[in-house]
Amino acid sequence: MLKTTPFHPRTSRLVRAQTWRRWAGYQMASAYDPHPDREYAAIRNAAALFDASPLHKYLVTGRDAARLLDRMITRDVARLKPGQVYYTPWCDGAGKVVDDGTLSRLDERTYRLTSADSSVRWLRMNAVGMEVAIEDLSESLAAVALQGPRSRAVLQPLTPLDLSQLKYFRVAATTLRDIPVTISRTGYTGDLGYEIWVEAARALPLWDALIEAGAGHGITPAGVWALDIARIEAGLIMLDVDYFSTHHALIERRKSTPFEINLGWAVSADKGPFNGRRALAAERERGAGWGFVGLEIDWSSFERLFAAHGLPPQVPAVAWRASAPVYRGGAQAGYATSGCWSPLLKKLLALAHLRRPHFQPGTEVEIEVTVEHERRRAAAVVRALPFFDPERKKA
Amino acid sequence: MSRRRYDAVVVGGGHNALVAAAYLARAGRRTLLLEKRPLVGGASVTEELHPGFKFSVFSYVVSLLRPEIIRELELPRHGLQILPLESTLTPLEDGGYLASWPDPDESREALRRHSPHDADAMPLFGRLMQQMAMAVKPILGMVPPDPTSLSPRDLGGLLRLGGHFRSLGAARFHALHKLMTMSSADYLDEWFELDALKATKSASGIIGTFLGPRSPGSAYVLLHHYMGEIDGAFRAWGFQRGGTGAISDAIAGAARAAGAEIRTGAAVAGVTTRNGRATGVALESGEEIEAAVVVSGLDPRQTFTRLVDPRQLPAELVEGVRRYRFRGSSGKVNLALSGLPEFTCLPGAGPHLRGAISISPSLEYLERAYDDAKYGEFSRHPYMDVILPSMIDPGMAPPGRHVMSIFVQYAPYELNGGWTDAKREAFGDAVVGTLARYAPNLPSLILHRQVVTPHDIERVLGLSEGNIFQGELALQQLFFLRPVPKWARYRTPIAGYWQCGAGTHPGGGIMGASGRLAALQILGAGR
Repeated sequence: MLKTTPFHPRTSRLVRAQTWRRWAGYQMASAYDPHPDREYAAIRNAAALFDASPLHKYLVTGRDAARLLDRMITRDVARLKPGQVYYTPWCDGAGKVVDDGTLSRLDERTYRLTSADSSVRWLRMNAVGMEVAIEDLSESLAAVALQGPRSRAVLQPLTPLDLSQLKYFRVAATTLRDIPVTISRTGYTGDLGYEIWVEAARALPLWDALIEAGAGHGITPAGVWALDIARIEAGLIMLDVDYFSTHHALIERRKSTPFEINLGWAVSADKGPFNGRRALAAERERGAGWGFVGLEIDWSSFERLFAAHGLPPQVPAVAWRASAPVYRGGAQAGYATSGCWSPLLKKLLALAHLRRPHFQPGTEVEIEVTVEHERRRAAAVVRALPFFDPERKKA
Repeated sequence: MSRRRYDAVVVGGGHNALVAAAYLARAGRRTLLLEKRPLVGGASVTEELHPGFKFSVFSYVVSLLRPEIIRELELPRHGLQILPLESTLTPLEDGGYLASWPDPDESREALRRHSPHDADAMPLFGRLMQQMAMAVKPILGMVPPDPTSLSPRDLGGLLRLGGHFRSLGAARFHALHKLMTMSSADYLDEWFELDALKATKSASGIIGTFLGPRSPGSAYVLLHHYMGEIDGAFRAWGFQRGGTGAISDAIAGAARAAGAEIRTGAAVAGVTTRNGRATGVALESGEEIEAAVVVSGLDPRQTFTRLVDPRQLPAELVEGVRRYRFRGSSGKVNLALSGLPEFTCLPGAGPHLRGAISISPSLEYLERAYDDAKYGEFSRHPYMDVILPSMIDPGMAPPGRHVMSIFVQYAPYELNGGWTDAKREAFGDAVVGTLARYAPNLPSLILHRQVVTPHDIERVLGLSEGNIFQGELALQQLFFLRPVPKWARYRTPIAGYWQCGAGTHPGGGIMGASGRLAALQILGAGR
């Protein structure tokens, strides 16, 4: 049996078509309705509520907590202020990405790390000789993400924390209807949104409070299908979909450096020793051989492929997670790893790895699509990520 | 006052006129759009008529907005955001209901409870309508060729059209012919047995038209409303975030970004001409503006008999415009509510409140509603298409409160004794009273009520006889006949004076196609 999250007693009653999937060993709703349209719309127009509990979560404390984390991640932990959150990758000694996640500095010496994969072994390996305590909160701490333009309006009446003062990628400990929580201004949608972290035992009253407070704001429990569309629009990568952890890769070419997955900005150029520093400094100098970019598929070109069969263009209702070759000038220039129809932008989008020099924004390429069982190529243009970046995200 | 000169002046700020202005400006033409009201949008406007409550006062959903316009004008960047409107509920007079849900299996099951036959027929009917819509779709993006003309341009268009129809094959061509000639009730009789289902489906065949479901020609209007479905992949069907005014604002944003100027509160008195050529416009304020091209987005009556002196025009054209049928037949009731209506047939705040609610319990009900109108009265028990925009977009009303949009038919423009304030309120009472038969708590929830009659539509928007489509979508005034034969290609007999809007091909709905086609014709014609 897959594990269920602390919110399961609520979410399981809502999954109308029993559309479940797995996430980090947990049973998770793909969608609550049979189709994700309404759940997606809530992310961009109202407030969507996601169960994010399957994330791996670690509390790192002790004298050397900062040293451990600084050695592990590619960003400069010395510059992470109390109440601040980093999004960051971390690498092996060769500069290949192990995982990505968020690091919150909850107070002077207390940090919380989230990761897609279980990270106990990696944290311990990096902590050898250090005075540090690593507590695995993965099961004891539940998390929900409240995302969308009305998320602040839903949340504010429930907490004494002044949310207008909680800036993008900041975190604060507070209460929500007297339930102790931490609230971070983070999420996986590229929209205004918050993640609320709560002791597992208090998860259900938290869920109920949010649903009740959100009733007048169109709050909508949403599943992974809706989230997947939003995260592609936001240009956010996913482990095991858009890239493989160096720990999972069977062969060398499946590994990526941060520069190759559009996370070069998160590699500190001036901090002290950390895993992969030398290799990454060399790559910064040399320039990465691959870029991770957006592709916007040309609708007219796509439409013509269908028209040739007398069909109107067909787009999938959910995001695809598969590899599709990308060509330039007849030769393969790379591959797309996920994509979707953006109901908001009214565009077909994909996330793609392209070899240098093909990843410059504006480059015209072709992507393989299957139309009536035939492999065809549709025109596409390289775009810088994110595709969608509303002001309200940081406002 | 300095007289400013523009390459193009667009008269009227409806969505088609805005589209035309955007395309002209994108092509580098110095473009000015003039709207008499304080806000642009024409019939697609959102207004806060009661504090905190926003109403799509007239047009209330979007289904036909052309994908190429969304793409070329980059409307999502300017605020276009269409939210799903997924279900249709038809409450029945016996306390039951019919429902269509976004999931095909759930829909089929809902129908099977009433008629296993119709549940099987529905997907086949849907497929045929999709095929029919695909057959007609190329016409939407086409400047109508004149079948009586021998000019290479018209012949080319006709050849393409002929080739297209031949490619349909006999079966589909015959189905299309039936659709073009039958009444929606007869057409649906061929498919379904369930009365309430036929009534609900046929309702889209009578919208905006002075026809009953048993009137020949109404089947085509059915298809017109199905047309949005072929772009189903494009998902342009639903409710615009912020109401239909936000669509107009998005188009206006695109027009401004392309360099167009937009002036509101600027009513145009007429088009100025010299030697049979348009030279600009005169405003009611007395101001005159010079322009090489004038585009009217107003309806054909305004375009040909108010903005210009009809004596400048060929008599056949003026006679054609005089015969062109408007006959506004619908109204709107917009409500601010303190809470949610409770439908007896399906109590509680379920998903049905996030979709359309159709008051169309039987064909006889609709036909009787039409009977009232035939004899000059509003329907005592009208057809209604109801949505609760605040259930789809919480920004439309304060938290916990709601707005309700009720499209009502029939409300004839030519009412016995004429429309008065008392008649308007009586009409509003009939609407609320009828709806209360299905949702008894509705009257107790009303905080504010706005009743819009065809007379109001004409008075406020200038749409002649209050027709929401700038003239009926009847076969004798569609395609190369819209608005009148020989003048269906957006030109007018006055050089430099052009027309667009729902009164030209391809007609009404928030589609934008006529604005785009007119602009492309103007640009193709050179300066």
